[in-house]
Amino acid sequence: MIFAVILAGGTGSRMGSTDMPKQFLEIKGKPILNHTIEKFLPNPQFEKIIVLSPKAWIGHTKELIRKHTGINDKIAVIEGGATRNETIMNAINYIDEEYGLDDDTVIVTHDSVRPFVTHRIINENINTALSCGACDTVIPATDTIVEGDGDAITAIPDRRRMYQGQTPQSFKAKLLRDTYNSLTDDEKEILTDAAKILVMKGFKVKPVQGETFNIKITYPYDLKIARSLLDEETA
Amino acid sequence: MINTVYRLCAPRRFEIAFSDLDVTQGVIVRPTHLSICNADQRYYQGTRDIKVLKEKLPMALIHEGIGQVVYDSTNSFQPGDRVVMVPNIPCEEDDYIAENYLRSSKFCGSSSDGFMQEFYQLSPDRLVKLPESVDLDVAAFTELVSVSVHAITRFQSIAHNRREIIGVWGDGNLAYITSLLLKKMLPYSEIHVFGINREKLSDFSFADGTHLTTEFPEGLALDHAFECVGGNGSPIAIEQIIGVIRPEGTISILGVSEYPVPINTRMILEKGLRLFGTSRSGRVDFQRTVELYREYPEIPIYLSRLVGNIVEINRYADIKEAFEVDIKKAFGKTIMHWNI
Repeated sequence: MIFAVILAGGTGSRMGSTDMPKQFLEIKGKPILNHTIEKFLPNPQFEKIIVLSPKAWIGHTKELIRKHTGINDKIAVIEGGATRNETIMNAINYIDEEYGLDDDTVIVTHDSVRPFVTHRIINENINTALSCGACDTVIPATDTIVEGDGDAITAIPDRRRMYQGQTPQSFKAKLLRDTYNSLTDDEKEILTDAAKILVMKGFKVKPVQGETFNIKITYPYDLKIARSLLDEETA
Repeated sequence: MINTVYRLCAPRRFEIAFSDLDVTQGVIVRPTHLSICNADQRYYQGTRDIKVLKEKLPMALIHEGIGQVVYDSTNSFQPGDRVVMVPNIPCEEDDYIAENYLRSSKFCGSSSDGFMQEFYQLSPDRLVKLPESVDLDVAAFTELVSVSVHAITRFQSIAHNRREIIGVWGDGNLAYITSLLLKKMLPYSEIHVFGINREKLSDFSFADGTHLTTEFPEGLALDHAFECVGGNGSPIAIEQIIGVIRPEGTISILGVSEYPVPINTRMILEKGLRLFGTSRSGRVDFQRTVELYREYPEIPIYLSRLVGNIVEINRYADIKEAFEVDIKKAFGKTIMHWNI
């Protein structure tokens, strides 16, 4: 079975003065979260679309889904965890309790603030996770990436080998949970995303080509871009 | 829902735009198989009048295509249903004028965005469900087949009833489809095809006769004719048809020409001929086409010979590749598997 896991745990701390979590900000009169969920709904392969929200915002999230997207049995809203990976583990535990996990249960995890994800990216994630166990959506880096310690640049890696990570990141759920549970607290401390759980333990994570426009709406500037992209005249 | 639209912004240049689809309205279809038409090529290559290009671009191309229903707020279809999309969008009803001739109607890939989109939103009457077993690459160009169905249906209501011998001018896709359908829809008529390329004519094995236009058979008396040539070949084809057709016959004009075509009105008058144009098609023609696929399973098999190139569209750059491949083809249709 295939599940979409929409990570809506952000609190909007990087979105300037706004107190509202950024996934609830609106583009074209609809919250970003709804736009994102609606990109997953057309895909018949998903058994359920699980939206993970901070506890205080669960009711609000459900209300927005009802209001803007409509009541849909395929959508479930549950509580997220303290970190990104704890949130993903909550989703896996929910799947385990409700449906049972087997070796081929796949989760497609996605940032709630990337509403420009395409049907092709989602399909390639599902197919790659099923065949390879794990995948990460990336685009080739256009800027040179430099490594430094704040005082000096310590390395300039070859840009041809550098990619920018996007989402979805997709995994065989059991593999991800078992590997995560095998990490020490120190190892968990340095995790920045879910793909790293497997990379750290030597599992292969296949890249799936993203799109430059699959942007993450993190800063006010991104919101402005997203709004202008959708405000363009369409014939 | 945010929808990615792939639009032609200038000849040979595509760009990405976004639209917002309201999932609570109409039917949302995921396009799966799209077919390139010569009309799309005229925009892509920039061979339309510069004023027309300026007025219409940027615009998503493609009006021949099928897809799968993903949302239906009207409960007319089930999610997953395979459907052919009707590109003609009527804005009014008229008791006498068919939807495809109403000047107010919109047409995808001509007066509004075509099917080169991640998702496409339509009203349920703009969709016709396809048979389960149909070859999807063939179904992709159902719109073109429906144009022939429309022309033949019109012919049946206009032409006199002596239909023993019918001539079809042209050796391209439209002539192939029209002559094939004439064989099925008018089983008692002899169908003769006239073209300029012997090799292409050899594909019309279902016809009763194929002839080079330079070798018109002596004594062959045509009751009616269909012109499927278009372009620069139109004037010569129409001239020849007027010359050889029997009096009171009908000439159905299907070929599109960018320029005005001079015709021999003296002979039209003397023979009392009826010339009528046919263009595009409407919902009823799509429904009839799908019925014909069911009624005559050999039709899609014959049509599969027109499937020329199949291009997998996974990346933005693949779209351009498909159009370039299509330019080089001698015969047949280029089908895009729309995975993007």
